[in-house]
Amino acid sequence: MATETAESLGSPEIKAIPVRHPGRWVAAAIIVFLGVALGNSMASNPRFEWGIVGNYFTSSRILHGLVVTIELTVTAMAIGIVLGVLLAVMRLSRNPLVSGASWFYIWLFRGTPVFVQILLWYNIAALYPRFSVGIPFGPTFAHFTASSVITPFVAGMLALGLNEGAYMAEIVRAGIISVPEGQTDAAHSLGMTRLLTMRRIVLPQAMRVIVPPTGNETISMLKTTSLVSVIAVAELTYSAQLIYSVNYRTIQLLIVASLWYLIVTTVLTIGQFYVERYFGRGATRDLPVTPLQRLRRGLTLRHGL
Amino acid sequence: MTSPMVKAESVHKRFGRLEVLKGVTLEVAPGEVVCVIGPSGSGKSTFLRCINHLVKIDAGRLWVDGHLVGYRQVGDKLHEQRDAEVCRARAEIGMVFQDFNLFGHMTALENVIEAPIRVKGLAKRDAAAQATVLLERVGLADKLAAYPAQLSGGQQQRVAIARALAMTPKLMLFDEPTSALDPELVGEVLEVMKALALDFQTTMIVVTHEMGFAREAADRVLMMDDGRIIEDGTPEHFFKAPREERTKQFLAAIL
Repeated sequence: MATETAESLGSPEIKAIPVRHPGRWVAAAIIVFLGVALGNSMASNPRFEWGIVGNYFTSSRILHGLVVTIELTVTAMAIGIVLGVLLAVMRLSRNPLVSGASWFYIWLFRGTPVFVQILLWYNIAALYPRFSVGIPFGPTFAHFTASSVITPFVAGMLALGLNEGAYMAEIVRAGIISVPEGQTDAAHSLGMTRLLTMRRIVLPQAMRVIVPPTGNETISMLKTTSLVSVIAVAELTYSAQLIYSVNYRTIQLLIVASLWYLIVTTVLTIGQFYVERYFGRGATRDLPVTPLQRLRRGLTLRHGL
Repeated sequence: MTSPMVKAESVHKRFGRLEVLKGVTLEVAPGEVVCVIGPSGSGKSTFLRCINHLVKIDAGRLWVDGHLVGYRQVGDKLHEQRDAEVCRARAEIGMVFQDFNLFGHMTALENVIEAPIRVKGLAKRDAAAQATVLLERVGLADKLAAYPAQLSGGQQQRVAIARALAMTPKLMLFDEPTSALDPELVGEVLEVMKALALDFQTTMIVVTHEMGFAREAADRVLMMDDGRIIEDGTPEHFFKAPREERTKQFLAAIL
């Protein structure tokens, strides 16, 4: 092979001695040493009590907490995304009252800590003990007590979702702005209405810009749900707390919770890769290779040789 | 005498303080091919975008096929048309842009069938069959599944022409369709446009500096300068004896 190339080049191939990088070797050695030292201490320090970590890793209370955490993440992100799209479109409206309302919402929810918002929703019954469905100043059709509707889970979901909506609004707006105006012109010139243009032409292309930060937000949300432990929702962190408040294995249960957060984050990261790949179609000449494709390509290459 | 396809009466357009169109008056007959030339900033593109109401005019009147563009006349009052009405009118006017503006997330075929399905309500199978014929006609039968980023500029512009034709427009507007193309790709786009003009008798208004195209395919050439049409004549007139000094200068610069 090599001689062929050299011949086709018409002159001998360059065979030079590569530059040495001693610094890289030193850095690599330090990293290996630190890694081994850390691993050794984690394995040999009996106080870690890895057996207990293993015992609680799949205990029913932890798994139930994990399910609640995932439920909270999914519902809050769903509220956040729907609200974000709505607020972003409102923010770009030509009606000053509509865009002003969106601006005010974002200002309010981005400007206060989500922790405070969780506590506020949990205590909403102090402000509105009863809800009624009906016409203002007219007849009412149904009554609810706040405590029956706003359970701790619902309070947490609302607080996280409504707060997320403010952040998602800015992400979606950035995505919409990133789509060139020519796309809208072309759609309009074909007789597509403004709504149809937004739904079929602008938003799908905005997704390429929207998806990466949304993945980031989802991963961030997964961990922010742990704040809901403050209003006694038995999600992953609170479940761990409940167990260690009785058996005092604090570190071990926090490790259990952390491992689960890491696992779910890993799954979300993989999911994000495929969602990005889907919405990237058309944007680049070639789609990024999936790990499975890379594996298959590697295997066929080896067979070919 | 047939009624004009496009009729403009003293059309004015301002962007802020800048007056881009200062009274454009024009009639284009059905089947006519009109080339619009003129220096940049003379209002050619703006006028073209007024015809399908992508730009709203400030004064004057504009009709396409006898219908007022963007407004409804009730008695002696003008009412702005609703989005749906404007869109219905636009659906019958094809437009091809300088930067192609193909939908980047759709293949060539998907670009062409989008509006027939969503706007005209065609069944997907019928739209695809029609789109395949159109893409074959512009010489892209083998590129149905290609995304715009995988096509050359000339190929993209031909897809864009097919996309506009898929709505069976009664009028085609071309906004400098070859200005963003590499010189050797200009020919393939002009060939398609020539076929449209000569074989299919499509009414076309083409903003272009391709005088070769004007000579071969156009019935009329308009010279615009400073927001007005300053000269209007056959291509021969422009090649042999342009009247205005400004036209002579301009043609000397581009030929």
